[in-house]
Amino acid sequence: MTGLRLRFYIEGVGVWSPHLAGFPALCEVLAGATPAPPAKAPIAAILPPAERRRAPACVHLALEVAQQAAAASGRELGMLPCVFASSHGDQATTDYMCATLAREPLELSPTRFHNSVHNAPAGYWTIAVGCRAASSAVSAGRASFGAGLLEAGSQALGNDEAVLLACADTVGAGPMYEVTDCHEAFGSALVLSPARGAHTLARVDLQLIPAHPAYPEPPLPEPLASWRSNNPSAPALALLALLAQGAGHCQLAAAPALGLHIDLERMP
Amino acid sequence: MPDPMTPLAISACTATSAMGRGLHAHLASLRSEHTALRPNDFGPAPLPCWVGRVAGLEDATLPAPLASWDCRNNRLAWVGLQQDGFLARVLEARTRYGADRVALLLGTSTASIGATEEAYRTLDADGGFADFMLRPKLHNPHSLSAFVAATLGLEGPCLTISTACSSSAKVFASAERLLRLGLVDAAVVGGVDSLCASVLYGFNALELVSRTPCRPFDADRDGISIGEAAAFALLERGAVAPGRPRLIGYGESSDAHHMSTPDPDGRGAELALRAALERAAIEPAQVDYINLHGTASVKNDEVEAAVLQRLFPASTRASSSKGYSGHTLGAAGALEAVISLLAMAHDLLPGNLGTTRPDPRCGPRFAWRNESRPIGVTLSNSFGFGGNNACLLFAHAGVAP
Repeated sequence: MTGLRLRFYIEGVGVWSPHLAGFPALCEVLAGATPAPPAKAPIAAILPPAERRRAPACVHLALEVAQQAAAASGRELGMLPCVFASSHGDQATTDYMCATLAREPLELSPTRFHNSVHNAPAGYWTIAVGCRAASSAVSAGRASFGAGLLEAGSQALGNDEAVLLACADTVGAGPMYEVTDCHEAFGSALVLSPARGAHTLARVDLQLIPAHPAYPEPPLPEPLASWRSNNPSAPALALLALLAQGAGHCQLAAAPALGLHIDLERMP
Repeated sequence: MPDPMTPLAISACTATSAMGRGLHAHLASLRSEHTALRPNDFGPAPLPCWVGRVAGLEDATLPAPLASWDCRNNRLAWVGLQQDGFLARVLEARTRYGADRVALLLGTSTASIGATEEAYRTLDADGGFADFMLRPKLHNPHSLSAFVAATLGLEGPCLTISTACSSSAKVFASAERLLRLGLVDAAVVGGVDSLCASVLYGFNALELVSRTPCRPFDADRDGISIGEAAAFALLERGAVAPGRPRLIGYGESSDAHHMSTPDPDGRGAELALRAALERAAIEPAQVDYINLHGTASVKNDEVEAAVLQRLFPASTRASSSKGYSGHTLGAAGALEAVISLLAMAHDLLPGNLGTTRPDPRCGPRFAWRNESRPIGVTLSNSFGFGGNNACLLFAHAGVAP
């Protein structure tokens, strides 16, 4: 452990999976209940209708959780810098691109090509909310949430500004399914702030610790542990569970040999 | 508005592109005023266009322990790391600070999607990936950074930034924050993008690919030439590398306009430029040379020329170097950072190669031909799809504020 501690505050939280319509549903699960699953796929209500039609599933998912978290923070959406993390981006788009390129490359759809960039969620989000602040799109395999948290947290502290972090992966598509370990959709989002404010939900202390790729992920109660293994963005559940339970610590992977030790305390 | 930043040292850097392998090759290419683009010969049925292809990658081999990472993009990264003693410089930093105190932040838009394309061309009878293509670590946007982390034995923060054509400019900004917060003592930053069907046919579908070598800021420009490159830099605190050039500022912003065309008013680009100048605590007039994004797409160049005219005095010199290398997409930020550093180190202001009939809207700031003059401060622009903008400011060690 470096000893150095980054302290920031969570102001809003969002989550979506086929089992969870939002963060309150996760709290219910951890209290032993079985909340009703979401009635339908995330629709990214914040997008204008034309963009909503054009945008792929990973954009709908990332924008759903981003909107939940950003709305809870009470912040003006257009002013929030944002970091969108994803292990694989939109796999249906990747599958379409590679299948079309193998068969008839000249038939490639221009819209689906521009949807294939990893920063499609960041692009659609900034367009939807009129955000001209910095936006980023990052990837780090199964460490995407942890590495994204370090990136967004260092931006919040380094630039002294609140930052929106969203991390989402959709289900694998086509032959990609075999190699991406994405068996069901999962996304979550947080608004991180360098200072305590009226909307603060929790305080987070983050420290870098050595890790080993062969270490098992830290224990989680079922069904969260199964959900976590089904999606590379779902290791976020360890932190989300702390937030639901009120206090505690957990570890997240940030790189093959680097972990994050997270100490979280809910604030009234 | 951002606070001024403490400049960081660029203690080592390197580039590999169609212009050649290493800094000397790039300097010679710039001095030659000849394009490194060539007629597209990539893939089975090449589109009729020009590309910036790195020669000889087909013959490059990864060492046996890294062989499972083999693909065009990682070969290019490997070749890039061998140039200018860069790999050795990183290993020195690793020894000096510890492997967990060196961050690795790389930008890419393609990563190894070329390997996934190949997997789809060689599906087995039941429609799945053939056994030799069942390599999950290649079918992943993080493949490049994970490969380079394994190659360099780094154990600190490791992140891929993939914001299309601004990717490998933004890594400098992320590295600065990690260093300033004391999380690391050094950072390897860079970008690697390689030729693949996705980008060639994708930009072709958007009607953004020129049939001729690209002509940035030419009145008759009609699109980009796609290139590939690997470029890296080692960032450390200034005190450990007193004579080395400095990263003195950066700015990041979003257009909030459209997924694949820039805001016609350039408001996002202007925000990124102003943020970079504020971090560096300098005025526009203090910038000696601007390496423009200058893709040769009709709209990018129009917007960028207008922003240049609006923000900078007539004495500022500016050019795009994409006529040499092509548009290396996710690697462009890092490649053009290295070209900007070469320009400073050798008092060589690169001309805007490829242009025969300058767009009359360009104004007096454009260096159409090479110029020899002292350059103390350079700015490098990178603007990407999704309206993602990043600008970097560099200075001589002695000039840094």
